[in-house]
Amino acid sequence: MKLKVLPSILSSGWSTTPEQALTPGCSKMASLDRVKVLVLGDSGVGKSSLVHLLCQNQVLGNPSWTVGCSVDVRVHDYKEGTPEEKTYYIELWDVGGSVGSASSVKSTRAVFYNSVNGIILVHDLTNKKSSQNLYRWSLEALNRDLVPTGVLVTNGDYDREQFADNQIPLLVIGTKLDQIHETKRHEVLTRTAFLAEDFNAEEINLDCTNLRCLAAGSSNAVKLSRFFDKVIEKRYFLREGNQIPGFPDRKRFGGGTLKSLHYD
Amino acid sequence: MSFLIDSSIMITSQILFFGFGWLFFMRQLFKDYEVRQYVVQVIFSVTFAFSCTMFELIIFEILKVLNSSSRYFHWKMNLCVILLILVFMVPFYIGYFIVSNIRLLHKQRLLFSCLLWLTFMYFFWKLGDPFPILSPKHGILSIEQLISRVGVIGVTLMALLSGFGAVNCPYTYMSYFLRMAMTRRTMFQKGEVHNKPSGFWGMIKSVTTSIPGSENLTLIQQEVDALEELSRQLFLETADLYATKERIDYSKTFKGKYFNFLGYFFSIYCLWKIFMATINIVFDRVGKTDPVTRGIEITVNYLGIQFDVKFWSQHISFILVGIIIVTSIRGLLITLTKFFYAISSSKSSNVIVLLLAQIMGMYFVSSVLLIRMSMPLEYRTIITEVLGELQFNFYHRWFDVIFLVSALSSILFLYLAHKQAPEKHMAP
Repeated sequence: MKLKVLPSILSSGWSTTPEQALTPGCSKMASLDRVKVLVLGDSGVGKSSLVHLLCQNQVLGNPSWTVGCSVDVRVHDYKEGTPEEKTYYIELWDVGGSVGSASSVKSTRAVFYNSVNGIILVHDLTNKKSSQNLYRWSLEALNRDLVPTGVLVTNGDYDREQFADNQIPLLVIGTKLDQIHETKRHEVLTRTAFLAEDFNAEEINLDCTNLRCLAAGSSNAVKLSRFFDKVIEKRYFLREGNQIPGFPDRKRFGGGTLKSLHYD
Repeated sequence: MSFLIDSSIMITSQILFFGFGWLFFMRQLFKDYEVRQYVVQVIFSVTFAFSCTMFELIIFEILKVLNSSSRYFHWKMNLCVILLILVFMVPFYIGYFIVSNIRLLHKQRLLFSCLLWLTFMYFFWKLGDPFPILSPKHGILSIEQLISRVGVIGVTLMALLSGFGAVNCPYTYMSYFLRMAMTRRTMFQKGEVHNKPSGFWGMIKSVTTSIPGSENLTLIQQEVDALEELSRQLFLETADLYATKERIDYSKTFKGKYFNFLGYFFSIYCLWKIFMATINIVFDRVGKTDPVTRGIEITVNYLGIQFDVKFWSQHISFILVGIIIVTSIRGLLITLTKFFYAISSSKSSNVIVLLLAQIMGMYFVSSVLLIRMSMPLEYRTIITEVLGELQFNFYHRWFDVIFLVSALSSILFLYLAHKQAPEKHMAP
C-alpha cells in the first residue's frame, strides 16, 4: 500500500500543512472505493509472496510465516481503456494457517471472512494435498454463517451445488510452476484445469519469484484483470448497470461498518 | 513342523503390524503432504513392525504360546534385523535425504551420505565409552555392543519424555490451572488500564494521537507497522481465549469431568514416580523384585489371602506388561504425531519422519530392556538370554537420573512460561 500510494500522492502536489490537506489529489485518493478479496490456501504455498508480487510489483525476499492476517492493497483500474474507467482499491487479505487447525484458531479466523467480495484460492503445484485442501478452504470461507464451530465436511467431499449458486467470484492460482519438470507439466496442468472447473473459476499458474509472469499484456495479467473487474462489478454494479454508491466520506481508520450495503 | 507353524504365525503378525504402520503413516503423519519417496514410508512401517514384534514376543513369553526354541530363534532374528535397521539403514537414509536437500552437494549424494553415516557411526561408538554397560569380554562387532549403545540412547529418550509427561499431564488436566489462567487474565486486563503508557502499548497510544494532516511518510509507516503488530497480537490472544473457552466448556461435560478426575489420579501417580526416582538415587537402590511378585507377597503374607501363586502371577504380569506396552506405543505415536506437525515443512518432512522412525525404534528397544524389571524372574530369562550380559541395573539407574532431571527442568520451564505470559505484552 505504501509504495503504490506514494507516486500518486507526489504527482498530485501533496503538501504537509493541515489547511492544504484537502487538496484535490488527496481527496481523490482517499475517497476511492474498495473491495475485499481473500487469499486462502495451505501454509507454505506462497500466498504472501503472491500478494507481495501483486501489490508491490516486487519479489518477496524473505517470506516468513503469516500470523493472523496480513492486508495489502492494489490499485486497479476498472474497465481500463474504456470511457467508464475508474480506479478502485483492491484489499488482498492474506489469511495464514492450515485447514486442519484447531477449532479455536478456525473461530478466530472466521472474523476475517466478513463481507468478502472475492476469493483467490492458492495451491502449490508440487503438492497435490494443497490442491485437495482448497475445497475445504472455500467451504470454510463461504459457509461462514452456517458453521460457527468450524466443523467442515470430510476430506475431499464438496457439494457442486454450493458452488453453482455461489455469488462470490473465485480465482484459482497455482504457484511454484518453475519447480515442475517439463515432462510432468502437461499432467499437472490438466489436473489443475479440472480443479478450476470444479470451482467454476479461472485459473492462473505462475512462479511468484518471476516478475515476468504478471507482465502487462500477458494472458495471466489479462485473467487477473478480468477477475478483479468481475469482483468490482459484483460489488458495486447491479445487473442492470446501475452503480451502488460507495462510501463518500470515510474517515481514515473507520469505514467498513455499514454492512447493510453489502450486496451478496 | 511346529517351527514352521510358529514362524508362519510370527510372519502373519509382522505383516499385520507393517500394514498398521503403513496406514498410520499415510493417514496421520503425512496427512498434508504428498508421499514422493516411498522408501521413507517402507522404512517407517518396517521399523514399526519389528518393534511391535518384539513386544509380541514378550507377551508370548508370558503366556507360553509357541515353542520355546522357536521363540528364542525369532527373538534373535528380530533383534538382528532391528539393530540392522536402526544402526545401518535409517541413519544412512537420513544422511541421504539431508544431502539431497542441499543443492550444492546434489551431484555426489551417495558419497556425502556415506561420509555422514561414517561420522554417525564414530559418535555412536564413542557413546559407549563413558558408560559401564558391558563386561570387557565381548568382541567388537557383537550384538551386545550395539544393543548397549542403542539402549543408552533409548533410555535417555524415554526418561526425558516420561519426565516431561509426568509434569505436563497434571498441568494440562487440572482445571485448577484453568481457573488460575482466567483470573490471571482478568487481573492483567484490569491492571493494564491503570498502567502508565510505556513500551508497546505506549507506542500505539502516542502514535495515534499525532496531528492528523502532518503526513510524514515515515510516521505513517511506523503507524502501520505498529497497527499490524497489534493485529497479530490480538489474533493470537483471541485464538488463545477461544481455546480456553473450549477447554472450560469441555470440563463441564461428563467426559470432561471424567478426564478431570483421571487427571487428579495421574497427578498423584506422577508425583509418586518423581518421589520414587529421588529415593532410588538418594538411597542408591535398584528394585530387585518386580511389582507383581511383591504385590503377591504382600497379599499372601500380610493379608493372609491364599491363592494359586503361579497361575495368578502369570495372568497379572501379562495384564500389567500388556498395559505398559500398549500405553507406551500409543503415547509415543501421539507424541510423534504432535511433534511432526509442529516442526515439519514440505522440504524437511522426509528427514523428520526418518528421525522419528529412529527415535521410535530406539525407544521400543530400550523399553524392552526396562520392561524386564516389571516381570517375574521366570519370564526374565529370555530377555537376559537374548540380550546377553548387559548391566541392566545401570539402565535403571540412568533412567531414574534422567527422569528426575527432565521432570525438574520441565517444572521450571512451565513455571517460567506461565509467568511470562502476561508480561510478554509489555515488552516492546
